[in-house]
Amino acid sequence: MKGGASPEIAIGHEIPTFVREATFHHWNRYAAVNDEFYDIHMDDEAGRAAGYTSAIGMGNLQWAYMHNVVRGWVGEHGRLLTMTCQFRGPSLRNSIVRARGIVRGSRTEGDHQEVELEVWTENGTGERMAVGSATVLITLAGGGQ
Amino acid sequence: MEALIGQEYDQKASHPITLSDIRRWALAVYWPAEPPPMFLDGSHDSTRRDGPFAPEDFNPFAWTVAEGVAGFGDAHDTDSRFEGKLGAKGPGLKRSVNGGLDVNYTGVKMRSGDVIRSVSRIVEYRERQGRLGQMLFTTIETTWTNQLDEVVKTQKMTVIRY
Repeated sequence: MKGGASPEIAIGHEIPTFVREATFHHWNRYAAVNDEFYDIHMDDEAGRAAGYTSAIGMGNLQWAYMHNVVRGWVGEHGRLLTMTCQFRGPSLRNSIVRARGIVRGSRTEGDHQEVELEVWTENGTGERMAVGSATVLITLAGGGQ
Repeated sequence: MEALIGQEYDQKASHPITLSDIRRWALAVYWPAEPPPMFLDGSHDSTRRDGPFAPEDFNPFAWTVAEGVAGFGDAHDTDSRFEGKLGAKGPGLKRSVNGGLDVNYTGVKMRSGDVIRSVSRIVEYRERQGRLGQMLFTTIETTWTNQLDEVVKTQKMTVIRY
């Protein structure tokens, strides 16, 4: 028996948003596990030298947040099959990163349902920073995995 | 450079993944909230082979590796990260950004004790004129396998150099 409610898979359903602030506190923790202590992620001056208004967050952390938003929705009812993303812009310091997703399609195969989602990250003003997609294999009620 | 397409230019093997590696990764990508218990203890999933598993985005090659070279390389010498590893001359472009990722997950989880091997090859070069001038799009295909030769994931990454 899988824990938690089954994920909503109606076409057009927006899955629960995953939100984090974009601060050195967040970036330093990610740098510590992924060895990403590049100046542009650590120093506002380095960010400005590269043409931004501040230091910028790691693209890989946005990628992680895109996984988190899908994982938070599907829970233990399924697993991730694919994830894609294109990076469109950086997260600037002291902004917000929202990872969001919308169900765009689904098809049933036996006791499983393959669900396609549009997935993206956006900043505090709604500008998309990374855009992509995910497919998830969900075990239907009564099915095994 | 076209002759380099298809050739393996980078291979690496991780150290055995530890529970601490998994927990710290999960703590970092969920901070300041608590990560899901599946990454902290093994109690939730009776199908597990041994202990908690890592998030799909976990990188077992950070900081140090058992074979190969760890890290993302010199951000200002992109040739050394790709063509240079095959003894070839690269485009000589000084800047690069990650243009995007396309990953297939097989369902094989990374767990404590696993040793992950990574093999990368260049699969495509494309040139495009952009607002930053002439840009070179390089697509890298990477496959990760575990110590049982099970494929964990295949990934295509596009690096934009300009």
